[in-house]
Amino acid sequence: MPDFEPKIVAFLCNWCSYAGADLAGVSRIQYPTNIRVIKVPCSGRINLLYIIRALQKGVDGILVSGCHPGDCHYISGNLFARRKFALMKKFLEYIGIEPERVQFTWVSAAEGTRFAQVVEKVTNDIRKLGPLKYFRKNDYNDKKCNFSSTSENPNFLSGAVNK
Amino acid sequence: MKSIESEIKDLIKKLFSEKKIEVFIGYENGTLPLRTTPYFVSPNDDLDKLAWNRFCSNNLAVYLPRVVAKKKGGNSCKVGILCKGCDSRSVVGLIKEKQLSRNDVFIIGIVCPGIIDTKKILSEIKSSDIEHIDEDDENIMVKFKDGKKNFRKKDHLYECCINCEFTTPFVYDTLIGDGKSSSNTITSSQKVAEFSAKSRQERWQIFEQELTKCIRCYACRNACPNCYCKECFAEQTKPKWFSVTNDLSDIIFYHIGRIFHQAGRCVDCGACVRACPMDVDLRLFTRMLVDEVKERFGYDPGLNFEEAPPLTTFASDDKQEFITEPS
Repeated sequence: MPDFEPKIVAFLCNWCSYAGADLAGVSRIQYPTNIRVIKVPCSGRINLLYIIRALQKGVDGILVSGCHPGDCHYISGNLFARRKFALMKKFLEYIGIEPERVQFTWVSAAEGTRFAQVVEKVTNDIRKLGPLKYFRKNDYNDKKCNFSSTSENPNFLSGAVNK
Repeated sequence: MKSIESEIKDLIKKLFSEKKIEVFIGYENGTLPLRTTPYFVSPNDDLDKLAWNRFCSNNLAVYLPRVVAKKKGGNSCKVGILCKGCDSRSVVGLIKEKQLSRNDVFIIGIVCPGIIDTKKILSEIKSSDIEHIDEDDENIMVKFKDGKKNFRKKDHLYECCINCEFTTPFVYDTLIGDGKSSSNTITSSQKVAEFSAKSRQERWQIFEQELTKCIRCYACRNACPNCYCKECFAEQTKPKWFSVTNDLSDIIFYHIGRIFHQAGRCVDCGACVRACPMDVDLRLFTRMLVDEVKERFGYDPGLNFEEAPPLTTFASDDKQEFITEPS
């Protein structure tokens, strides 16, 4: 799939990673345009349901990023999150979702370059995997997988929420 | 096992007369052979109906928050409950999660010999033929109209009972049966290991195939003592996480959500599997989280009141090998 461009949702925490992405932007660092950023107050706010809902509704991958451990604006939000993330990652891998589809990282507000590098890596990983060919909401007509590529999915992030 | 049954009856009678408990949750024989059903006893009810045998499969802890809330009405009320190893762990879980106060329950622990899977026996015989059931140490003896058949107990246990590490309750007010601690030390389920050894595609296929059986009756949730939420994510409308359809995608969504909500809380009692009318092998997936939590955080839910549940706490040096580093 050479010209496949994945759609990736990035959940970034308000205090570090979002600012890191901002810094990458104002520093004019180039990085793939495949990510759609959703700002969350803290990486501790991430719920597994957000992740699988995004996958179900048409994204090919997820990036979750928070402050480095010890630097959380809320002191320990990302430390709680780290435990949750570890189980999420293991569990999704266990049931057969590629581990590269859902990735977790830490990016601080000063790490614009790191943010760009992470996005680059995640995008490349998911580009290699190709589109998510299972679990999509519309893939299971008659419980039979009828795969459609992401680019053809008109619902993507436009009125797809609470339809 | 008759003596244990009478021991339970005497104990309950005593507890009622001493006003130590006001309600008791136990088992009575079901209307079908090889089955039991929960029995909620008030002081004036017939204690003779109480049963204890190898078919007492229900995890009674699931009723506890509701019974306590209903009976309480402002005054403190003690509810007695018969708890096998796993059930007592569920009760401890409920107390830890502040669904109950320790003073509300009187835990009558019972050393669990392992529960017999009725379905395993009924796969060999028809329930309508059964005339009489008896048991000795090794066997369940079933008498029919024309003859009888013996079932080795060991070979007909529930899957979750086979390698159970926690047959004796850790937390109880009184304990019935000899309080030998369990001898099994097998921690990880073989099935989980076999499953994780398969390729990614195969795993997803099996996961999908298991869940195509699901009819979304939510019996797995309702039978689970951990699922006490008044509003479950499955029924939430704000946000509406997934639709009420028979689309496999929505079914998978529900199950990923439900299974993950058990992380660090599941005591592997098998109530969800027993409740499932479609025989979905839910334990294959919940058990993995049990093992993972044990391995990663060294935590077994429901053994004591002191240890904090793993997802409600953290360590500054928790492993983070899964974190993506830019290469």
